[in-house]
Parts: sequence; C-alpha cells; structure tokens
Amino acid sequence: MTAPSSSTPQLEVRDLVKHYTARSLLGRAAPPVRAVDGVSFTLGRGETLGLVGESGCGKTTVGRTIIRLQEPTSGRALLDGTDIFTLGPDALRAFRRRVQMIFQDPYGSLNPRMMVGDAIAEGMEIHRIGTRPQRRSRVATLLEEVGLDASYATRYPHEFSGGQRQRIGIARALAVEPELIICDEPVSSLDVSVQAQVLNLLTDLQRARRLSYLFIAHDLAVVRQVADRIAVMYLGRIVETGAADKVLGAPRHPYTVALRSAVPEASIVPTAGRIVLGGDPPSPAAPPPGCAFHTRCFHPRRDERCRTERPELRPLAGVQVACHYAETTP
Amino acid sequence: MTSLLEVRDLRVSFPVGGGRTIHPVDGVSFTLERGRTLALVGESGCGKSLTGLALLRLVPSPGRVEASSVIRLDGKDLLSFNEEEMREVRGGRIGMVFQDPMTSLNPVLAIGDQIGEAVRAHRKVSRGEALSRAESLLSEVGIADPSRRLREYPHQLSGGMRQRVMIAIALAAEPEILIADEPTTALDVTVQAQILELLDRLRSQHGMAVLLITHDLGVVAGRADDMCVMYAGQVVEHASTRQVFEAPAHPYTRGLFGSVPTITGPRERLTPIAGSVPPPTAWPTGCRFAPRCPERFDRCDTMPPLRRAAPGHESRCWLTGDEP
Repeated sequence: MTAPSSSTPQLEVRDLVKHYTARSLLGRAAPPVRAVDGVSFTLGRGETLGLVGESGCGKTTVGRTIIRLQEPTSGRALLDGTDIFTLGPDALRAFRRRVQMIFQDPYGSLNPRMMVGDAIAEGMEIHRIGTRPQRRSRVATLLEEVGLDASYATRYPHEFSGGQRQRIGIARALAVEPELIICDEPVSSLDVSVQAQVLNLLTDLQRARRLSYLFIAHDLAVVRQVADRIAVMYLGRIVETGAADKVLGAPRHPYTVALRSAVPEASIVPTAGRIVLGGDPPSPAAPPPGCAFHTRCFHPRRDERCRTERPELRPLAGVQVACHYAETTP
Repeated sequence: MTSLLEVRDLRVSFPVGGGRTIHPVDGVSFTLERGRTLALVGESGCGKSLTGLALLRLVPSPGRVEASSVIRLDGKDLLSFNEEEMREVRGGRIGMVFQDPMTSLNPVLAIGDQIGEAVRAHRKVSRGEALSRAESLLSEVGIADPSRRLREYPHQLSGGMRQRVMIAIALAAEPEILIADEPTTALDVTVQAQILELLDRLRSQHGMAVLLITHDLGVVAGRADDMCVMYAGQVVEHASTRQVFEAPAHPYTRGLFGSVPTITGPRERLTPIAGSVPPPTAWPTGCRFAPRCPERFDRCDTMPPLRRAAPGHESRCWLTGDEP
C-alpha cells in the first residue's frame, strides 16, 4: 500500500446507506426505515467535520456505521484508502485502535463496577500496548491530560459528576492513541458551564495530537464552536455542506436557513425575522418523494419539481447544496 | 397594587440523615405580574425546578416548605390553604407544563379524555361539552385536525405534539399563571421554536403570567421580561432580561455567558467557569459561588446579600454596587 498523500482525505464516505427492516407481527415486511439514504463526505487529517441535524436525521447512524457498531446496507467508507466495511477480524482490531468513539452519555458508557483506571487501560490491554506498570503510568498521564487528578484511577464512575465522567470517556478514547475520534453528542448532556470546559478540552487535544473529529451534534452553536466544515442532514441525506463559516453565515438550503434561524441565541440584539417551520419532520419509513424537505419548505419558488424530482448535492458559491432553487436565497 | 404572585424567602428543607438538613431552595424571593414572563435560569441542582414545585406545594416527601416562607397568590397566603383549596389552585389558577410530556400523559387514555378530564376537574360541564372544549383547546395550541387527534393516544403523537397537548391540558381551566419547567428541552430546535412562539401568543392573548424555568439563556433572551439567575439554591442576580444581558453583574452570570457558544459574531475560545456545581451538602458558608469565582477575595467568606447594581437590578456579590 502506498502512503497516503496529504491531498487524500483521511476518511472518505461514499454513498452510505443504512436501512432498517422490520417485520410486523404477521410476518409481513414493513417498509424499511431509511435512516441513512446515500451519504457522502470526506474528512481531512486534523480536521473537524460537524454532522448536524435533528433527531431521526440519521447522523448517529452514520457514526455508528463508520465504526462498525452497525453494518451498512451499502456504500463504502475508506480510512486512508482502505475500505472499513470489508476488514477481517485482525484488520478490524487494528482499525479500532486508529478510530475511537466518544458517546453522549458518560453514565451509560462506563462500567459502574470497573475502576476508572481499569476502564481507561482496557483498550491498551486489548491492543497489548505496554506492560502493566507502563499502562498504569500512562493512565495517570491521560487523567492529567484531560484535567483530572491522577489519583482518580482507583475510584469508581459513580463518584464523579457528568463533566468528569465525560473527561474519563475522553481519556479512555485517547488511551490507544487514535487518529480519528467520532464524537456523538459529546456535550449535550452537560450543564453549560461544564460543556464549555469539555469543548475547550477537545479543541486543545486536537491541536496537541493532530486528531481528526467527526463531531455529531444537534446544537448548531456547539458545532460552530469546533467544526471547520459542516454537513447538515435531513431525513437520512446531506442537504448542505461546506466551510462552517459559509454554511452558517449564509445558508443556502431552506432547511439550513430554518435550523439556523431557530437557534435560540443568548443575545438580545434583534435578529432578522425568525423562521418557524410548520409541522414535524416526516418519518424516515415514509420519506416524501422528490425533495424530502418539500412538505415543510417555505422557499418562494418551490413547485411541482420539488415534489417529484430529488435534488442532488451540487456546488454553489463555494458550498454544496441539494436544492433546485438554491440560487435564490429563501 | 397586589402582585399576582409574591414569593418571599422561600426555603425548602430536606433531611439528609444524621439529624442534618439541607436547603436546596434557600431564601428565594420574586414577584410575578399579570401578562409578564419571569424566567428562573440556572444549571442542574440550582433549585429552579423545586421552586416551581414548591409554589404548587408539590415538594416531594420528605422535603417540606419551611413555615417562614411566604407565597401569596393575589395577596392570599398559599401556605395556609387546605388540600381542597390547593386542588383548586393546581391546574386551576396555576397550570403547569413539564419537560417530558411522555411521562406526564397517561399512555392508555385517549388525548380527548385527558384534556376533557382537566376541563371537568374545574368546571361543571357534561362529558360532551368537555370534549368539544378539548377540541377547541387542541386547535388553539395549533394541532391540525383536532377532532381526529382527540381519539388518538400519546404514543401516536410526535414529541412536539405531545407538548402541545400538555399545554392544552394546562390551559383547560384558564389559569392565571403558567409554570413552564424546561418546556422545550426535550424537543428538536425547529419544534422548540414553535412551542416558544405558542407560549408567547397564549400569554399575550390570555394575559396569563408565565414562570419560565430553564437552563438555556437563549430561550430566555427572546421571551422573558425579567429573570432570576439561580445558583446553589439562591437567586444570585435579579433584573429585567435586558439589564442582565447588557450588563451581567454577578460573576456566575458572566461565567454562564462566557460558556455559551454563539451562532453569530466572531468564533472565540469559550471562557468556562472552573470546577462544577457542588452538591447541597458541600455548600460553603460564605458566598456559594466563591470556590469557583475568579474574583473572590477575603470578604467572600461571609454570605453577601442581594445588593443593588442599578435601579431594579440586584446581584448577590460583594463587588456589586458601591454600598459598604
């Protein structure tokens, strides 16, 4: 295998599809839930891509599929050019050392009966990194690196606050020296003052270790704080993607415009008229034909074409947008 | 003129064993006027939700509201009401909406029956009349096709619709006050915007007073007239929302603003508050924020009172104002 050149993205996802099929009680096949329905993106080394969208848009499934917690229905995901989805058991173990995950719920993702130090060292044991004393000293270093006291290694998760547990989760992910971390809503269960501490920590670690982050979150302001680029998802598809400043500064897709406008900003400076979308997102088991957003769209030019023809992502003004009428800002 | 709701020195106590008592709500005072929205803002454990429950005398056992506390509804002492009078208040004069509509709704009862029940709890009307009132309430909270929805069950509705149903139930008796405890925290941001608009419209149409309990400064910014910032069981800052946002006086409030990422303006590194909120068993005797405060000094070992930062603007900090 040739060494990847700096222009090759570290992670490349192509046409990722994940459908869930369920059977009714009578054994009839129900229509599949199209959780992820053709998602493509790239992530460069040391970069952060923010994957945003509301619940049910498929963003979490994208992350879980890439790390092979779930098998994809179709599509490819390449890490430095190697397809993640075809890795055999040995190669998968090596892959799991390079790609780690941080979860939303620091309570649920730590074993309550395992001492914090053992939880952090677990990954190093699996990957046979270092001797036992070396691992112990590495745990101490990691705890300090995430802003905790080295002596916490012998305590149990219940003795810690939510923010401290999330730091432990981060130390655990860092233990095997990954290159890429998939962060799935890493701060959404934390109080704002603690959330800010963890966001700063993630930024500092990225700089110090040249980590790449796939940062999955529903909160646009949080994503803006950390992401270089952003991909906005709606009903299993990316509707707009590009540099964070561009996508959030001058959103092109009507859904991005609405999402951006709905963020309750902690400021009393009057903002331009708020757009309040009607209704709820449709079910991914029965996505609307054409543009999936057309049932809630407020674009003045929306028409029959939107109801029948699905718009693909296309380049426009430095970003990629999946809207037939993105030339006119809604 | 009498305030619609006056809360003075509200204290809630809980025994914690060993003969010790904690006060998760410790001397909270504010007033709420007709047609106004007052926000109680703070992080988990600050006592904001318990304050809301105390107003309805719903503090979970073995906790209790201390007798020295004053809660006056239209001038009448709520703490002297008997259980029957309190039932008139709960869901009658004061409606309540909680964060999680799924656990507040009965899963095996049709939506129409649940709203109808709330109507009949406070008004002597027939079942049929209650149902037709339920239908008009549903359409008032913005639910399309209300006659069909009446026959549906909570699991058939989306999160946003369930919260609308909860609001319809709260409105059934035409309350004078609506306590909304994190009403949009469980909802997606586009749906959150819908619910906040709805609450605002209902407040202005019915002249209702709203007590908005939230952790989210962004939710407060567009909606509340006045706000109390709470920390460790106490109000640490109290003023109009405009005053607090323009010139936050308390170091904790400033820390909160420094912690919130924004969607506009330059992208800067956040300036978080160090440490985390201590549990009630570990609150210091002096200023409760002192251990995390970048501006602490000797005097902070003594508990500061609320001091005047500007007319109508109070802050519980020795550095606030120019009084000695």
